[in-house]
Amino acid sequence: MTESKSQEPTPQDLGFFSRIAHPGYFLEWSRYFIWPLVGIAAILMAYGLYLAFFNSPADYQQGETVRIMYVHVPSAWLSQFCYAIMAAAAIGSLVWRHPLADVSAKAAAPLGATFTAIALITGALWGAPTWGTFWEWDGRMTSTLIMLFIYLGIIALWRTFEDQVRAGRIIAVITLVGAINVPIIKFSVDWWNTLHQPASVFRLDGPTMPPSILLPLFVMFFAFSFLFLLLHFISMRTEILRRRARAIERQYAQQLRTQKP
Amino acid sequence: MRKNGKNPENIALNVTDLACERGGFEIFANVSFTAKPGEVILLRGPNGAGKSTCLATLYGVLPKSAGDISFENIDPEREPREYLHIVGHVPGVKTTLTVKENLSFWAQLYGGTENVLPAIEAAGLDAIQDSEASILSAGQTRRLGLARLLVANRPIWILDEPTSALDKQGDQWVGQLIADHCAEGGIVIAATHLEIPHLAPEAVKTVMIGQTAMDHAS
Amino acid sequence: MKPFLAVLTRDMKLATRIGGDSLTVLLFYIMTGAIMPFAIGPDKDQLAQLGPAIIWISALLSLLLALDRLFRMDHEDGSLLAMRQASLPLEMIVVAKICAHWVTTALPLIVATPVLAILLNLEIDQTLRVIFTLLVGTPALICFGAIGAAVTVSIKRGGLIAPILILPLSIPTLIFGVSAVSSGAIANAQDAALLFLAGFTLLSLVFTPFAAALALKMAAE
Repeated sequence: MTESKSQEPTPQDLGFFSRIAHPGYFLEWSRYFIWPLVGIAAILMAYGLYLAFFNSPADYQQGETVRIMYVHVPSAWLSQFCYAIMAAAAIGSLVWRHPLADVSAKAAAPLGATFTAIALITGALWGAPTWGTFWEWDGRMTSTLIMLFIYLGIIALWRTFEDQVRAGRIIAVITLVGAINVPIIKFSVDWWNTLHQPASVFRLDGPTMPPSILLPLFVMFFAFSFLFLLLHFISMRTEILRRRARAIERQYAQQLRTQKP
Repeated sequence: MRKNGKNPENIALNVTDLACERGGFEIFANVSFTAKPGEVILLRGPNGAGKSTCLATLYGVLPKSAGDISFENIDPEREPREYLHIVGHVPGVKTTLTVKENLSFWAQLYGGTENVLPAIEAAGLDAIQDSEASILSAGQTRRLGLARLLVANRPIWILDEPTSALDKQGDQWVGQLIADHCAEGGIVIAATHLEIPHLAPEAVKTVMIGQTAMDHAS
Repeated sequence: MKPFLAVLTRDMKLATRIGGDSLTVLLFYIMTGAIMPFAIGPDKDQLAQLGPAIIWISALLSLLLALDRLFRMDHEDGSLLAMRQASLPLEMIVVAKICAHWVTTALPLIVATPVLAILLNLEIDQTLRVIFTLLVGTPALICFGAIGAAVTVSIKRGGLIAPILILPLSIPTLIFGVSAVSSGAIANAQDAALLFLAGFTLLSLVFTPFAAALALKMAAE
């Protein structure tokens, strides 16, 4: 099938950025990144997990459970990073009407939801021995939960549209509205939290962490980021191929229709 | 000498090599025509050939993928859409408003003058103008939708299947409506199989849609 | 101004005629608020304490109920397409429709709030405060609802999905709205909440017309 060649400009007559963002060309070049990314993510993950389990101290208060942090913190970071990717892709969809931006946004949503869910679950598991409860209406956990709701809403929206081309731009609008709102939601939840629960739970940030904890955290942070990159690439490729398959199906149906008057 | 009441500014429309694609698929391509004051452009072609899409591209709701649409003699301060009337295949009639309320709304929205009563009379609905539009038959609803064309004067009409749901008499009425508009210098672009009466044959142009696209496919 | 008023009055007529949503929303609001005591119990002190929260939740849910029809009818019967040919930009048409929707759904509900306040044993000054926060906060709820309605307008069964999108975005309104009434732990928290609520409403009034109009344009493609 030559449908993509006849209607889209060929990669050769485009600038560098348009060229790497051309869906057909993306399928070409991203292929060479998959296995190196698998390697990097696997090595970092293995090294990070080794450091986390065997080469970092247990907390003097929390004991061994502090090691949950090495999964929890990178997931929480990705739950926000992923939304930033989706918001950037939404701008691409709306301003340049670029099909790869739609694909990127669609592929990012389930990943963002998954990492947000991991952050919530590890947070709950960590909370059980530390706070004595699985759930605390703590500012961070509450806004992470709302983040999960926003992701799930966007995924549900993707699933209700039949025309995915139209869906891309419409969902871009609500993604950007969400992007404006997320900081406000975070602020309002924090404010609500201090209003009702002045006793704040422990904080992870601050430079007080010793290097023996910082190093594994740092490594896991990159391991998760590369894992996300890898999964995002793979699901973008899958989505492009799925759209191609559907386009071929539609073209075939159209041919059948014009043959039989 | 032709009257020019409906198109005092002598607005004309030039369309060259217009094309539209959706999701990487060409819906139609290479549509070119010029519409001068007093002319009717009839878009014809098989079902699914992209007539509605072509009209939507003309009135700016769909983005064009190639080609050019240019309006001659329009005020650069105003948007091209302010010179257009469009009627799609759904009439845009609110059944819980009365016939008169329906048309008054469009008159006010389009900044039309007090043309509401003549429009109701032209549509043959003056006897029931204060009744709710829900009591209208399908054909009457269609006429009410089309009467929107008369409440505010706009030189270019874009009509998508204006005669659907109308009987033979209704067809004639729409034909007369189009002919009157063109006789006074207006332009009509319509996707319809209707023959327009009372117009000089050179004022009616037919544009075929869909043949090029199908040549591609086969 | 005339086209703007034309859209405003038309939508208000449509909402108040037979088949309109005004009365349904009002009844739903009162009923939602009135069934809460059956779940909580008839303890008057407890009801008075939870009253502002109950009223706000009832308002949020009732407004969600009607939002689906904000653009859907006009999108499906072709009116929205014809309205886009007016000299009035689509953004202003959205503003007019939002105003009409607020007047026909949120305002009756605010006016009826004293009825719920009596059922929930609220004192008069607290009732007035709830009414005031509803006046300040409901425009923001309608705004987010309008965005949700615009985004789902081309989906046949979009009425089910829009609340899922809108609810998380409405959380700041809910937090500030209720905090502005109930007694907080921190001094001046009520006034601060009211100011945040007003700010959030103004912000949503600024970007909603553009976002909703953009979504409507995309949906018509």
